[in-house]
Amino acid sequence: MKIHEYQGKEIFRDYGVPTPRGFPAFSVDQAVDAAKKLGGSVWVVKAQIHAGGRGKGGGVKVAKSLEEVRKLASSILGMQLKTHQTGPEGQKVRRLLVEEGADIKKELYVGMVVDRGSQKVVLMASSEGGMDIEEVAAKTPEKIRKIAIDPAQGLADADADEIALGIGIPQVALAQGRALCKALYKCFWETDASLVEVNPLIVTGQNQVVALDSKINFDDNALFRHPDIAALRDLDEEDPAEVEASKHDLNYIQLDGNIGCLVNGAGLAMATMDIIKFYGGSPANFLDVGGGATTEKVTEAFKIMLKTPALKAILVNIFGGIMRCDVIAQALVDASKAVSLHVPLVVRLEGTNVDLGKKILADSKLPIISASNMADAAEKVVKAAK
Amino acid sequence: MSILIDKNTRVMTQGITGKTGQFHTRTGVQYANGKSCYVAGVNPKKAGEDFEGIPIFGSVKDAKKATGATVSVIYVPPPFAAAAIDEAVDAGLDLVICITEGIPVRDMIRTKDRMVGKKTLLVGPNCPGVITPDELKIGIMPGHIHKKGPVGVVSRSGTLTYEAVGQLRELGLGQSSCVGIGGDPVNGLKHIDVLRMFNQDPQTEAVIMVGEIGGNDEEIAARWVKENMRKPVVGFIAGVTAPPGKRMGHAGAIISGGKGTAQEKLAVMEECGIKTTRNPAEMGKTLKSVLR
Repeated sequence: MKIHEYQGKEIFRDYGVPTPRGFPAFSVDQAVDAAKKLGGSVWVVKAQIHAGGRGKGGGVKVAKSLEEVRKLASSILGMQLKTHQTGPEGQKVRRLLVEEGADIKKELYVGMVVDRGSQKVVLMASSEGGMDIEEVAAKTPEKIRKIAIDPAQGLADADADEIALGIGIPQVALAQGRALCKALYKCFWETDASLVEVNPLIVTGQNQVVALDSKINFDDNALFRHPDIAALRDLDEEDPAEVEASKHDLNYIQLDGNIGCLVNGAGLAMATMDIIKFYGGSPANFLDVGGGATTEKVTEAFKIMLKTPALKAILVNIFGGIMRCDVIAQALVDASKAVSLHVPLVVRLEGTNVDLGKKILADSKLPIISASNMADAAEKVVKAAK
Repeated sequence: MSILIDKNTRVMTQGITGKTGQFHTRTGVQYANGKSCYVAGVNPKKAGEDFEGIPIFGSVKDAKKATGATVSVIYVPPPFAAAAIDEAVDAGLDLVICITEGIPVRDMIRTKDRMVGKKTLLVGPNCPGVITPDELKIGIMPGHIHKKGPVGVVSRSGTLTYEAVGQLRELGLGQSSCVGIGGDPVNGLKHIDVLRMFNQDPQTEAVIMVGEIGGNDEEIAARWVKENMRKPVVGFIAGVTAPPGKRMGHAGAIISGGKGTAQEKLAVMEECGIKTTRNPAEMGKTLKSVLR
């Protein structure tokens, strides 16, 4: 799960990570009030959306008067902010963060992720802050420092120091740099984060180390033990089809093709998308119905797919192991009737009770196109979508 | 021969009193030699009771002592599953197969760290389990699609493994063992570990390796194959069409930072002499083409 920058900074503050003072704002008036409350003469008005690249997209601006805060807040709030992570349609800005201006001397980068290779949390840091870190990693990998953190011991002082000095935190601010790295790791570990990024981490003119940005993603599987964090979820930032699907315990991801897919199992669902592409078609979604394709679940899945305007056909690919094919066939028939399905439906069933399943489909008199294997199914659905 | 498990394995179910644990223990008992292989269940609150004749013990240690079981399968719910692995490791079991899906990654990081230097092997979590056809089935896979034979199968996903097995069966090819290593980023055996075992197993003549987007375990395994594997390996990677930044069902199946794409994995595998297919309907056919 992702959260907004301002929410991430509130969590940072709880862990003692220094951040600029600032307040969230949901309206232009609130933005101006926030600036007044902060005082001073320079403010930063920042669009709050979950995608990165907000600055480049025009969603982060500096104001030097309250009038300017008002002007910028009204132009940013409600805009469709386009960044390299939002896709071409952009993301609507509904929330702002108004912060005090910062005196930036140096821009650095610190991040943490779960690393599959070491099976530990890895701290990554770089002297090249403020830039796209993936670009730094690709072009100048020597400028990125990494250390795998011992889960039993936590981040050691010596390691934190080495990282801090290595990315150019001055000696005079070393204690701050060490404390910040350690606080970030504590934050990562205790909140069950899957990613924590500070880009940029800055050193100010007064040699203060401050987190100018925050990005935190959380492990969905651990949200059950963090109800406070789960409450930060912002459904406006997620695809409506995906939100709807998650309510029904369906694992759904919207794509841009015209063939809907309903599959059991994540690996087979990906392979089904791949084979559609292989035969010249284009998948409209990823959908893993999991281990229990009930009538209710299949009906909801059909409903969600049918909302895709481009949808031309649906492919159901089920390898029934524990799930019996006759049960799935009945669910498909009932769901097709319930939503009065108006696009061609290609069904490939395999596994336990497959013959009984096929008979149920045939007896239903519904215009279901039956397929004998994955390749046959893909060919038929691609043809049906043309 | 086979790898990891066979008809002489003695296995206990951790979480035998839950609905899932009961269902899959029952299908395991009914498959091939299951009746003599499944010897114990564990539930701290139900020690002394039994599940359809299988005695239940209060701890893994007690179950091991009383029955000689050296392998466990875990169906414990996610919040408690990592602790169940810890218990099996502390009891000195040879192998733990964790089926549970949805274990917090932090729990697995801690558990993996505790396992360093211990002898216990872990398969999973979030996996279908391990089957040695016509001998023993430990996990949630449908037993009836498998048959004994020369092909080793190792995979990160469940139903896609069944798909591969189904294709082999259509071609009359059986399997030595099928190992589902699971879709989580922090897990037990990796592709490379299972390939090593298949390399040593006299029954295995060739291996299908099924991977998916995310991480670089397939690349690491491929480089090992190039240097060490004496048997042909074929491969498929799911997720050629997956968009970056989206988690495709499995916690580990995500393309991030431009890394872990299917194209990249397939290219490395081919460089290392692994015959790959981009058509998931041809995994079986591809394997058949390399059998000597």
